[in-house]
Amino acid sequence: MRVVAVTACPTGIAHTYMAAEALEQAAVERGDEISVETQGSAGSEPLSTREVHEADVVVLAADVGVNGRERFAGKPLVEGTVKQAVENAAELLRRAAEAAEADTTVGAAPQTRHEETPEPDAGHTGAATRLRQWLMTGVSYMIPFVAAGGLLIALSFAFGGYRITEAPDVTEHFDPATLTSWAALVNQIGTTAFDFLVPVLAGFVAYAMADRPALAPGFVGGAAAVSVGAGFLGGLVAGLLAGVVVGGLRRVPVPRVMAGIMPVVVLPLVGTLVVGVLMFVVLGTPLSALMTALTDWLNGLGGANAVLLGALLGGMIASDLGGPVNKVAYTFAVGGLTTGSDTALQIMAAVMGAGMVPPLALATAATVRAGLFTAAERDSARPAWLLGASFITEGAIPFAATDPLRVIPSMILGSAGTGALSMLFGATLRAPHGGLFVFPLVGKPGLYALAVALGVLLAALAVTAAKSFAREGARALDGDENAESTTAAA
Amino acid sequence: MNNELITADLVDLDLRVPDRHAAVRGLAERLVTAGRVTDLEWFVADVAEREKQMATGMRGGIGIPHCRSAAVTAPTLAFGRCPEGVDFGAEDGPARLVFLIAAPEGGDSEHMSVLAALARRLVRAEFTRTLLEATEPSEIAEYVRREVSP
Repeated sequence: MRVVAVTACPTGIAHTYMAAEALEQAAVERGDEISVETQGSAGSEPLSTREVHEADVVVLAADVGVNGRERFAGKPLVEGTVKQAVENAAELLRRAAEAAEADTTVGAAPQTRHEETPEPDAGHTGAATRLRQWLMTGVSYMIPFVAAGGLLIALSFAFGGYRITEAPDVTEHFDPATLTSWAALVNQIGTTAFDFLVPVLAGFVAYAMADRPALAPGFVGGAAAVSVGAGFLGGLVAGLLAGVVVGGLRRVPVPRVMAGIMPVVVLPLVGTLVVGVLMFVVLGTPLSALMTALTDWLNGLGGANAVLLGALLGGMIASDLGGPVNKVAYTFAVGGLTTGSDTALQIMAAVMGAGMVPPLALATAATVRAGLFTAAERDSARPAWLLGASFITEGAIPFAATDPLRVIPSMILGSAGTGALSMLFGATLRAPHGGLFVFPLVGKPGLYALAVALGVLLAALAVTAAKSFAREGARALDGDENAESTTAAA
Repeated sequence: MNNELITADLVDLDLRVPDRHAAVRGLAERLVTAGRVTDLEWFVADVAEREKQMATGMRGGIGIPHCRSAAVTAPTLAFGRCPEGVDFGAEDGPARLVFLIAAPEGGDSEHMSVLAALARRLVRAEFTRTLLEATEPSEIAEYVRREVSP
């Protein structure tokens, strides 16, 4: 059994490490493989993405909240206190074995990320890695709002027509007997959910950096970014700013009597004030100018440039398969939806089509040329069909994680192709998400399907070619004993 | 100033005390003498605060009172052996080995890694057995230092 574990205790001095040691000893006795992340005062050596991905089960031995829990989504998980781990680690591992046994889901990998966490040296994490973790935390908390709000808005377009955004406010006029009123209501609920996007993003970026006291400064900073028209860019800046400010304030030594109220009162108060002032007075204007310029530039790419824009956004979508670059392209597209302009709807179509390509292409390749893929990858192919069809680009991650250099460029090629073709055909989309299931909302569905299919074909051919040429090297690298693939190259 | 995790002055092989508060205080006084703790009362209060959250006694006759405190100047271990045992709230009875771990507030992670290494040793049977059997304070200080050195 492969186990990943996290240990964390209130002071982060003794039990965090004792629990880690006890778990490691118990694992050796049982013959299990284990990697433990100690979230204590001596710095944390984060579990690598590969370790998490390959683990059969997750063990959390913690008396305080575990940072980065979302990494383990979809994995069987066992929780205990640090004391249980210290005194009876074997029992905890026995429970873990049971949980791993009970878990029969295959390829539940959409939540894991493909980028390798660089092996930490001397317990420090690289600045770039940490920045990415902060941003990903913010994005992961924002996604539910995108899903709920976006699908409601799409629904309202489906029932209320293109002009539903111009309907009167439902608080002033709501007629339960007309479909238009209901559509307007759904639209306005969806828009309300969308209003949270930037504050939630900023709030949870700050939270990832400096914990709960940074939450209020982050949220308020994000809302301030919206007020000054600085959008997502402003939200990101506000979140990082709030994290830095509160993180700095926490280091200021305070008298003992004050220590108790610092995280609840003083840090949120001072942090919010500082971030608010900076966002409104200092950073607001330049950020909103930058955001406007960026949006104008992307929107201004018409005609032949539109094809280029489609290719660019498509390439971004595939470049990290659900990571920050992907989310920049995606939020740009979603941000345009509320305007309802034709260009915005074309961009949305291009982005979604591009996002469906990687999982579908890899599933195709793994089915047609099974010999080029490992057994684990062939298992991932089945869920990848469904994930691709639903526009969950992350379905490609199991493939990219094991062979990024051959998989990712191939996927970028296919996704860029789909993005460009979709723009060329002028296909439109009114929903922010949903893949195959929102095809009824697509304008020019036939050509759109063609654009997606051609991209899938292109990416599948590219990845097959890349793997065929370099098979020998790849096999040497991961030492995979894949019986079917021994013939040709040898 | 000597920055070792533990020195012979910080070892008490015959710690006879009525309860865990006295055990902590006795070892904390050694920390003050060694210049590792600036304010005895403050430090003892911080340890008690931590002890309130969850008893630090563990199976095998070990007590690990510890805290992060602004009264601490450097990561330090004070070690006491109690022939009569002293209750630290473990299920299987009183502790015969007491490890008082003092960590400075806001110490950087490199600083703290020595304490992490120490904590990992605490759950190794061989480590605690050696400490039970040692006869000289200097022997213990040297053994612990060697074990936790990176």
